[in-house]
Amino acid sequence: MAVINKDKQQAVIIRGLYKSFGNNDVLRGVDLDLYGGENLVVLGKSGTGKSVLIKIISGLLKPDSGTVNVLGKEVASLKEKELNELRLKIGFSFQNSALYDSMTVKENLAFPLVRHKTSLSRREVDKAIDTVLDAVGLLDKKKQMPSELSGGQKKRIGIARTLILQPEIMLYDEPTAGLDPITSCEINELINEVKIKYNTSSIIITHDLTCAKITGDRVAMLLDGRFVKEGSFENVFTTEDEQIKSFYDYNFIQ
Amino acid sequence: MSSKNSNNYFISKGVDRFFLIFSDVVSFIGKFFKETFRRPFEWNELVKQSYEVGYKSLALITLTGFITGVVFTKQSRPSLAEFGAQSWLPSLVAIAVIKSLAPLVTAIICAGKVGSGIGAELGSMRVTEQIDAMEVSAVKPFKYLVNTRIGATTAMIPMLMLYTAFVSMMGSYLDIYLHEQTSFTFFIQSAFSKITFLDFASSIIRSIVFGFTIGAVGCYKGYHTTGGTQGVGKAANAAVVTSMFLIFIEEVIILQIINYFR
Repeated sequence: MAVINKDKQQAVIIRGLYKSFGNNDVLRGVDLDLYGGENLVVLGKSGTGKSVLIKIISGLLKPDSGTVNVLGKEVASLKEKELNELRLKIGFSFQNSALYDSMTVKENLAFPLVRHKTSLSRREVDKAIDTVLDAVGLLDKKKQMPSELSGGQKKRIGIARTLILQPEIMLYDEPTAGLDPITSCEINELINEVKIKYNTSSIIITHDLTCAKITGDRVAMLLDGRFVKEGSFENVFTTEDEQIKSFYDYNFIQ
Repeated sequence: MSSKNSNNYFISKGVDRFFLIFSDVVSFIGKFFKETFRRPFEWNELVKQSYEVGYKSLALITLTGFITGVVFTKQSRPSLAEFGAQSWLPSLVAIAVIKSLAPLVTAIICAGKVGSGIGAELGSMRVTEQIDAMEVSAVKPFKYLVNTRIGATTAMIPMLMLYTAFVSMMGSYLDIYLHEQTSFTFFIQSAFSKITFLDFASSIIRSIVFGFTIGAVGCYKGYHTTGGTQGVGKAANAAVVTSMFLIFIEEVIILQIINYFR
């Protein structure tokens, strides 16, 4: 596990974040820092607002109150154009990959690239696609449709699609959900490779403790809309707190 | 009024909901016009959607239009024969087809085929987070998905309407030729003797409005889908029902307006 240099500039700073849906208070005063170059794992049960948290960071959802500062910019106060400029620096890997199912793998990867880097020639676009496909180990799947890929391959292509814009921050929503243990391990290794190769800071949302242990430089435990403990994996789970222990025990039994 | 207390409404639950949806629809359509004139333009997707709406509807439109022409001619013949006025058959069919049947038949077929397809496709993209994926990669999903589809239906449905009118007239001519051995030249001269430019213009204007309605309703329902696969089915269904409802209302209103200029 890497040692986090907290002197590094924070990529994400969240203070006093609240978010409700109707009468359901999902996030209740969340404070969070993501430091440059670290993998931060956010652990928690389903429905505790983990995915809501990263959707707020990427500007897909608006918070009820609190501040979200990403790469020095307050997300809530940005205009559409400024938000889109910021989004180019954020990669979002969705739980179900969210590949465009009417496009081939190559078209999926080219889709954001040709719209943002209009000066690139066709050869440069092809080269960029080959580079990210090589990084996720699926260079031979370029012409396939998403429906022809396995769950793990879809996850990899989803990650490749975010990498093609060379983001500074990666947000992973349940990267190992629904995958067998071997494929989960491969995805965990890929997350670590992405961090090193693309020099990203990442937030990894999961309830998979193996994923947390392998990928996380730091782990933060979200319970009932608040972070109750954060630190290294060992620190978080060396506790007498019944809620955290029960989460660990449940995963262990699983 | 607190949004947290679901029992408090400005007027009543139904009326509040109506005005909320109405304002949402107005802002959706406003956004369409705003994005239409903003660069970059998604020409490739517009062409692809035009192909989907236009070319892929041709088989169904051909069959329906042809049968409409044949059946209408067959049904009208006995009534005209009572007065010895079979020679008016081409004019009668032309008036019915060009003024009313072609725009309505085309719009209703497209509401069913194209509208439901758009509602289901966008609905599915919404629930599988594909629209969110476009948004987080800073691609404007509204412009790419909505503007191109509304543009395609608005442009293609008037063309399909003209094609429906042509095919219906051919169906009618076939039936008339088999019964009365009328020449094609006489049929065309007779058919178009009662049709004015305003009749054509009226049908084209109505088809443009119907096309916009089918695209806008399909996109609105699909884009705002919630509730997983069940929501996708509901969006597709609502796209068809709402489009048809609006098409009939628009038909009456536009006819009233155009008749004012006659």
